[in-house]
Amino acid sequence: MPLIEKTRIMDADTLTRTLRRMAHEIVERNGGTEALWLVGIRRRGVPLAQRLAGFVAEFEGVRLPIGTLDITLYRDDLTLKADHPQVQKTEIPGDLTGKRIVLVDDVLYTGRTARAALDALMDLGRPAIIQLAVLVDRGHRELPIRADYVGKNVPTSKREVIEVRLQEIDGRDEVMIMGPDDASPSRELSGGGEAGSRGSGGRERSEAGPKPRPDGVSGEAGMDEAEGRAE
Amino acid sequence: MRHLLDLEGVPAADLANMLDTAESMAEILNRPIKRVPTLRGKTLLLLFFEASTRTRHSFELACKVLGADSLALSAATSSTTKGESLLDTGRTAEALGVDGVVVRHSSSGAPHLLARHLRVGVINAGDGTHEHPTQGLLDLFTVRARKGRIAGLRVCIVGDVLHSRVARSAVHGFTRLGADVVLSGPPALMPPRGGSVPVEVEPDVDRALDGADVVMALRIQKERQEGGMFPSIAEYRARWGIDAARLARARPDAVLMHPGPVNEGVELAPELMTAPPSLIAAQVAAGVAVRMAVLYLLLGGVGG
Repeated sequence: MPLIEKTRIMDADTLTRTLRRMAHEIVERNGGTEALWLVGIRRRGVPLAQRLAGFVAEFEGVRLPIGTLDITLYRDDLTLKADHPQVQKTEIPGDLTGKRIVLVDDVLYTGRTARAALDALMDLGRPAIIQLAVLVDRGHRELPIRADYVGKNVPTSKREVIEVRLQEIDGRDEVMIMGPDDASPSRELSGGGEAGSRGSGGRERSEAGPKPRPDGVSGEAGMDEAEGRAE
Repeated sequence: MRHLLDLEGVPAADLANMLDTAESMAEILNRPIKRVPTLRGKTLLLLFFEASTRTRHSFELACKVLGADSLALSAATSSTTKGESLLDTGRTAEALGVDGVVVRHSSSGAPHLLARHLRVGVINAGDGTHEHPTQGLLDLFTVRARKGRIAGLRVCIVGDVLHSRVARSAVHGFTRLGADVVLSGPPALMPPRGGSVPVEVEPDVDRALDGADVVMALRIQKERQEGGMFPSIAEYRARWGIDAARLARARPDAVLMHPGPVNEGVELAPELMTAPPSLIAAQVAAGVAVRMAVLYLLLGGVGG
């Protein structure tokens, strides 16, 4: 059952202004750019980190080091999934120890992605501090995690999905709330992202939905079917 | 993917996915803390009915890095000496609750037998003269890392191709990804013509090496010589052994590979082992990353 577009909560101009404001906040809160690194969580956290670094370069004249983090190997739901998320490379520009790390992601939802990212970072070194910057905080946390920098707080229902679209990946800048077409009831709604790619909405799959495993169908086939529907 | 039994018939996209995954795994091996929690709580049984150093240890290391436990069973110390069959051993392992089985056996098809009867995933770590798929994958991985591609390369495999499971997996992997493969060695040790895979056979190694991007020497097994398949070690070295002069017939940027262990001075001149074209050490290092990728793809999901 496909999700339909409900509301556009950010257009391209708003998104740019929001990121610019967040870049200022990051520099202000850290007292400058000393030892400050941005680490984007794949996939959409990466271009967001690059844009934040671009704004910081504009008004501070300093190019912040940028890392990319793939959290696939740290997920807590690997054994619940039939398909294997593609493991991408983690690229960190040096030793993290003593650095001030700002993790960047598009959507903060259950907090499970941020938890996995924290574990992944800890395995790479001992940063002085780790902060979290997200474009959208949609609530429904399942772990005691909060963001230090939030582009926009968006109250959502669990039946909805936040879809962040970025020029670098999707060809345009906007943030949409997607929801079920209320004319017909939907079964599995916590996934997000278009086919072939996976946004954070899809990555942080909530466990609250109905179990996507019809009776009489093997677990693997059942999960495949559910995955296909969700994406 | 539920089992990895052979590279024959594996689609190119799946091979590429395994190699891409291995590349991500290789990054973990360069970290100060070489461990991720991905397969925490999984147990892998390593069933080795034949001697192995590289393969077994790299599977063990791959398990450790991914946070899985491994349980090694070597034929000499287990109930197999009391006549327990392969299948019984596999069923016992399954009853013990392992999540996957890695098997090396002198009989071709032994892993397939296990795969047919066990519910858990089976990885072939070398079966008789059939295939050694993780070795084939690490050969592909090593060449791709150095050359940046597989398609269009000329790969020359020299030695006892007929009995080599390494060669068989390499032939399937390299041809599937678009390389041209030429085989060379004693005529009695060449595969029969007219097989399903398009490969060139050129018994004259000097001609076979002409224009090669990749030179892969195979281990010569002395028992084959005793079986009359080729006249003597000295003659083998003279006619098919790879030395610097021979290697010069390949392309200037050609790379040299060998699955190990090497009979130095027979199939390879000793000075070539660590010479710049040699990827032999890189092959061993790639073995861990490739096996991590296979374990992840087999055990990471519901099917595992």
